[in-house]
Amino acid sequence: MIAFTIDGVGVEAEEGSTILPVALENGFEIPHLCYHEEVSPYGACRLCLVEVERGGRRRLTASCTYPVQEGIQVFTDTEKVQRARRMIVELLLARCPDRVVLQELASQMGIEKPGFTLRQEECILCGLCERVCREVVGANAISFFSRGYKRDMGPPFRDPKACIACGACVYVCPVDCIKMEETAEERTIVRWERTLKMKKCTVCDRSFAPWYQLEYIKERAKLPKDFLDICPDCRG
Amino acid sequence: MKIRTSQDFQRIREKGLKRLYPKRVRVKVGMATCGISTGAAEVYDALREEVNKEKLDIVVGQTGCIGFCQQEPIVDIQEFGKPRVLYGEMTPKKAVQLVSGWFDGEVRPKWALCRFDEERNILTGDLYAHISNGVPKKMEKIPRYHEIPFYREQVKIALRNCGFIDPESIEEYVAIGGYRSLWHILSNMKPEEVIEEVKRSGLRGRGGGGFPTGVKWELCRKAKGDVRYVICNADEGDPGAYMDRSVLEGDPHSVLEGMVIGAYAIGAHEGYIYVRDEYPLAVQKLRAALNRAEEYGLVGQDILGTGFDFSIKINKGGGAFVCGESTALMASLEGNVGEPRAKHIHTVESGLWEKPSNLNNVETWANIPVIIARGSDWFAKIGTERSKGTKVFSLVGKVSNTGLVEVPMGITLREIVYDIGGGIPGGRRFKAVQTGGPSGGCIPESLLDLPVDFDRLTEVGSMMGSGGMIVMDEANCMVDVAKYFINFLRDESCGKCTSCREGTQRMYEILDDITEGRGKRGDIERLEELGWVVRETSLCALGGTAPNPVLSTIKYFRDEYEAHIEEKRCPAGVCKALIQYTIDPELCTACGRCRKDCPSDAISGAKKVPHTIDQEKCIKCGMCIEACKFDAVTVQ
Repeated sequence: MIAFTIDGVGVEAEEGSTILPVALENGFEIPHLCYHEEVSPYGACRLCLVEVERGGRRRLTASCTYPVQEGIQVFTDTEKVQRARRMIVELLLARCPDRVVLQELASQMGIEKPGFTLRQEECILCGLCERVCREVVGANAISFFSRGYKRDMGPPFRDPKACIACGACVYVCPVDCIKMEETAEERTIVRWERTLKMKKCTVCDRSFAPWYQLEYIKERAKLPKDFLDICPDCRG
Repeated sequence: MKIRTSQDFQRIREKGLKRLYPKRVRVKVGMATCGISTGAAEVYDALREEVNKEKLDIVVGQTGCIGFCQQEPIVDIQEFGKPRVLYGEMTPKKAVQLVSGWFDGEVRPKWALCRFDEERNILTGDLYAHISNGVPKKMEKIPRYHEIPFYREQVKIALRNCGFIDPESIEEYVAIGGYRSLWHILSNMKPEEVIEEVKRSGLRGRGGGGFPTGVKWELCRKAKGDVRYVICNADEGDPGAYMDRSVLEGDPHSVLEGMVIGAYAIGAHEGYIYVRDEYPLAVQKLRAALNRAEEYGLVGQDILGTGFDFSIKINKGGGAFVCGESTALMASLEGNVGEPRAKHIHTVESGLWEKPSNLNNVETWANIPVIIARGSDWFAKIGTERSKGTKVFSLVGKVSNTGLVEVPMGITLREIVYDIGGGIPGGRRFKAVQTGGPSGGCIPESLLDLPVDFDRLTEVGSMMGSGGMIVMDEANCMVDVAKYFINFLRDESCGKCTSCREGTQRMYEILDDITEGRGKRGDIERLEELGWVVRETSLCALGGTAPNPVLSTIKYFRDEYEAHIEEKRCPAGVCKALIQYTIDPELCTACGRCRKDCPSDAISGAKKVPHTIDQEKCIKCGMCIEACKFDAVTVQ
């Protein structure tokens, strides 16, 4: 175990862990958007900034990617942290002024309205959807493209053919910009423009999942052909 | 044929010496990208044709860049027993005249740039005398190499062979001491001793970071793991910088030799050169050099028969500036998007394919063979206390002698700009020099006596970077300059982290407002705050240094920002939205020149009637000011 302090309080963590999850487990509040415990840390949103003092040198760093080390001192709420975090929120809000999560963060920090020209983006480019799609689902249906201020997220070549419409991206999106629409006939992941027909349970005749998703799961898990013809409810 | 014995080595050396110092006349044309762009290929073809047609006893060949861009195309003539002479600003016609009259003793001193009576080999320390019987009378007027200001202060280590040897001839490289350092370490030194030697030399990474090279090698050698990689960063992407390109085009073997030495010291058996795809000639020369080195058994399996294996692969870059950042470069090498990752775990421990990886840039690698050949003590005598050796700069912008210069660390900016660069052309006043590429800072006149080394440049808000040096004069608007660089950086930011992606974009927007006359009070403070956040919180060094051009121009040229914002005035007369061209009726002679040149028909007037500019129609292109011979057009 690695021992270090957060805001003066001693904590312990397993080697290989990073600061943010340890801080959260120990009840420290650090705002974050691009971090999720089920996927690898990425360090994109920069909201989880903390100050870390190590070997007499103190600097701002993103806590989600910083590996825990013996004896470091972490400060989660210093003046510098607040000052930098405030600007990060302001930058994100100016990019996506309609996102409720950002509006709430801004109001907590006393930002009335961002001092930049507002853009009308929905996505903060945190990359959680891409990581969950790649690391958890394994579908690799979406990816970042272009760079700098033109950077965007979506299916490669705007063709969503690898998307199984499982909705994992919808679930993890921290700013709720990936919407899913579903009827008895089909399911659409609006942002990726992916619509798939729903499969009906051979027992209860209710739709329960997109057919392509079931095919994908059968192939990946090497399941028998008719294994997923029955919905989870009927299967008991 | 693989080299196995010292006799093999000697045979190649002698072959090279015959090529390098033939007992006849040898003419070389500087055929690096810089030379070719000014017409060196035409000069070369014309020379070949003339020599063949007239059956002249002259060998025509090519060489790399000798650094003096202002004088390209450059032709180098070396007759046995006589001084070697460089001729600048050659045309096919002049070059043909030169060789056709050569045997009649027409040496055309007026076209000559300089002459070498003798040359010191930096690798061996030996002096080679070109002249056997004194300097011929007609050549006496030609200044000697070290007498001309552009070369006087220069010390060439990394560029030692550029513009002298034929980069495609491994024999010539060997002839002047090449691969001797490799031979020496493989037969006489333990890897740890090589590392110790590099550490003692004080060499620091020339790619921008300035990390001590020997320490990096040691960390990589000691890192856990059985597979290690050695990488050469040749993804030079700074606008206006071409140090690495010149080394690759002019002396590719120096980089290969450095890499093999490094690999032996670190314990690596595979290496990569990540070279910018926009450098086709460099890639070609590098490939040719690698093939030759493999043929001779200097790279590959069982190098020089010692049992040491090290192979090198050349990888062309993906075309992004950020791929020069080490972790992004490694991601790109792996076939992923070139995007940096947080470097809390260093690449020497976990880099390419999560293996210990040692990355150095072209210039760093090129220094290695010299350090081994001359020893760390010799190398450490050059430079300042904490920055040893030399640094190559591409000196460009508003300076009389543009070119590639290699100077000892500790030389002052003033010496570089005024002594080597020859000062500002056109009688204009110096304003600033930007060092360190797009994310370097602009250094004002008051700091011109600053000695150039890693730490001093950082102290004043700039950086060494990879060696770009752009000189600016009073006609440069510093707000416009900051906008130019931030525009480059926002384009080249990978966009991964909020600070850099959104921050550089917003800084650009504010700067654009200021230069377009929409600046408002508080913009400067806003830029400072944004700059602080981007610098302190970005994921990689691109973002970490991106605010430098903005923060340094605010620090040293705040009055220019204020003039734009408060008075809606651009003091340098650059920002179009804030300037107005007018014609002084007292000075106007009504010659009509400006009226004819104006592309938007904004100037009216007649014979003997002073001309006027219609501000509605004027597109502020500045053609009138160029056209006027009487200084009647002014810009406000």
